[in-house]
Amino acid sequence: MPERAAPSVAIVDYGLGNLFSVAQACAAMGLRTTVTSDADELQRSACIVLPGVGAFGDAMSALSRLGLVAVLQRAPEDGIPLVGICLGMQLLMERSREFGVYEGLGLIPGTVERLQPEHDAGTIGAIKVPQVGWNGIFGGHWDASLLKGVANGEPMYFVHSYAVFPSREDDVLARSSYGGVSFCSAIARGRVTGFQFHPERSGPAGLGIYRNLAAALTPR
Amino acid sequence: MSRHTRIIPRLDIKGPNLVKGIHLEGLRVLGRPEAFARWYYENGADELIYLDVVASLYGRNSLLDIVRRTSSEIFIPLTVGGGLRSVDDIRDTLRAGADKVAVNTAAVRTPSLIAEAARRFGSSTIVVAIEAIETSPGTYEAFTDNGREATGVNAVEWAGRAVELGAGEILLTSVDREGTGRGYDVRLTRTIAEMVGVPVIAAGGAGSIRHVTEALVDGRADAVAVASMLHYYAVRVLPPPEVEAAEGNTEFLRSGRPPNRDIQPATVAELALAIGEAGFVTRTTAMGRLHA
Repeated sequence: MPERAAPSVAIVDYGLGNLFSVAQACAAMGLRTTVTSDADELQRSACIVLPGVGAFGDAMSALSRLGLVAVLQRAPEDGIPLVGICLGMQLLMERSREFGVYEGLGLIPGTVERLQPEHDAGTIGAIKVPQVGWNGIFGGHWDASLLKGVANGEPMYFVHSYAVFPSREDDVLARSSYGGVSFCSAIARGRVTGFQFHPERSGPAGLGIYRNLAAALTPR
Repeated sequence: MSRHTRIIPRLDIKGPNLVKGIHLEGLRVLGRPEAFARWYYENGADELIYLDVVASLYGRNSLLDIVRRTSSEIFIPLTVGGGLRSVDDIRDTLRAGADKVAVNTAAVRTPSLIAEAARRFGSSTIVVAIEAIETSPGTYEAFTDNGREATGVNAVEWAGRAVELGAGEILLTSVDREGTGRGYDVRLTRTIAEMVGVPVIAAGGAGSIRHVTEALVDGRADAVAVASMLHYYAVRVLPPPEVEAAEGNTEFLRSGRPPNRDIQPATVAELALAIGEAGFVTRTTAMGRLHA
């Protein structure tokens, strides 16, 4: 009998961000990937990953120019899981205040605001924004999510100056703390999931998230 | 309050080989970069830096192959630099699997490259590498081409300008200290780390665990690049490589000794635990610290 083809993940290519590390992490977990900016291809995929590095406003204009906004907004109700990473997670929200006020995809109620670490009065110096580096994620209760099997407090790799502020605490999957301030580091609502960190650059624990994705997409 | 930081093994690459010099010169061949990269990944490194120290056309193609092989099996951030001249070079390097690129020579010659690259690929993708030499007491000049070419540009002013143009991080190498094991240039590091709003990675001079702590506490570095200490430990535990003798001095591989007593070999994990005691958190020690 021929083997069933691996599920195909569509990685949205809108000219921003490193799509290749996402593709490599998917490949390492046995997922096929297509890097695409084609709306039909997104609609045919088993899952959509929305990556992104850069500015919120630029990203939304690029998605809009490529005619992808409506497809992404409809994907969850069409039964296609949508995973936003870093800026891709922020784009899931209603609006951002990065260099102006911009409308997001509005899939999760809430906003995107700049990280504002408390001033560090200690001897070590000021806390910088962006946060670049490893930081623990906390929450637990992850068995029904893509974080299944990840240890509470597991370090993941972050690069960001802004963070999401969901309106509903129910949508928060994980929190982290930077410079004395708590922020939402993972979010989930129905078929929509977002990670502020980069699972594909977060070592074996991050790869576990892609393993969970592969398991969720593979019919039993 | 503890601080998050990063320990970043820095791998200088010539052709297919990992090399290490002193003041960026007199390169010794240590082995294959992929083997060292994997060892550091498994040992808890926070990121990796690959710098092509020759950056010939041959070196470029060879480097991108090494980047492809590394990034398909090592899932931590990889910064790649050396000889990147244009937005197209940067794009090719990112497409090979680099997460960030480091630019030096081309950025000094054409500062607008920083702005253009930051706009195209995001600020956080663009690391500006500064090779500084103390040309008179307390005055540092930026050099290019692995510390060989003077630019006449003040290194501290250049750091500020690079950040204004969109650099997401500064990789700051003291060429005077590089490869010597005499410690980071703490004064230079602190001057720039306190001036700019983006992370500064201190590089050049780490010979002992104390030096690494000094760069973080006194130098206020946001991260540290470490080469000799880590490489001279790893070279003893990794299987001996088959290297091309034409790529540098392979004498060391037969002797197995660091170039001088100031370099005390260590693992990433040892460094992480030691700086952890001073309040600095890395991937290795981040677990379980919500209120860090």
